[in-house]
Amino acid sequence: MAEEIKADKVVDARGSFCPGPLMELIKAYKEAKAGDVISVYSTDNGTKTDAPAWIKKSGNELIKIIDRNGYVEIVMKKVR
Amino acid sequence: MSLLLVSGTADKLMAGSIIASGGVANGMDIDIFVSFWGLMEMKKDAPPNMKLSFEGKDMADQIFAVMKEKKVPGWKEMLRQAKDVGNIKVYACAMFADLMGLKKEDLDPMVDSIIGVSEFVDMAKDSKVTLFI
Repeated sequence: MAEEIKADKVVDARGSFCPGPLMELIKAYKEAKAGDVISVYSTDNGTKTDAPAWIKKSGNELIKIIDRNGYVEIVMKKVR
Repeated sequence: MSLLLVSGTADKLMAGSIIASGGVANGMDIDIFVSFWGLMEMKKDAPPNMKLSFEGKDMADQIFAVMKEKKVPGWKEMLRQAKDVGNIKVYACAMFADLMGLKKEDLDPMVDSIIGVSEFVDMAKDSKVTLFI
């Protein structure tokens, strides 16, 4: 059975183009509290590499990257 | 990071918005100085920008059709989104504003103030990246 991680906040950026999904993720991150889990959905290919890079660089935790049907879901935890 | 937006075509302005977004993602403070044709596009009453620079002219119809179809936001919307999230300041060039009789209220609300080139260069001299677009 797949492990389910409950996101405190879901950012549905499907259909939005680079750098849209990353900007929406950063916005959600700024509004979130430390410890919150944020999930972003994106159909933009750049997000697959951009978002994890930003999550690591900003000192947060990349929980996982899931290839869904036609989009990617990136799950992070706000550490600081 | 310091950006000078001088060209008024959609491709150049969009490049500026995208680079500014990248700067925001990297936690940079960004100062943007807008002048000449860039500033004309920053007017509140500027029509949607359907202009491309010389080398893209032959593809203009195709590019704008694809952007519309894929609902790509315009350069202003993209810059506004980046400004909402990060530390971006947008300055209008005092010289060109004077020349064209433009006041702050004639410009898009994302313009923070009208400043002279010297003040901008003072900001730019300490920034790690400066781009003239």
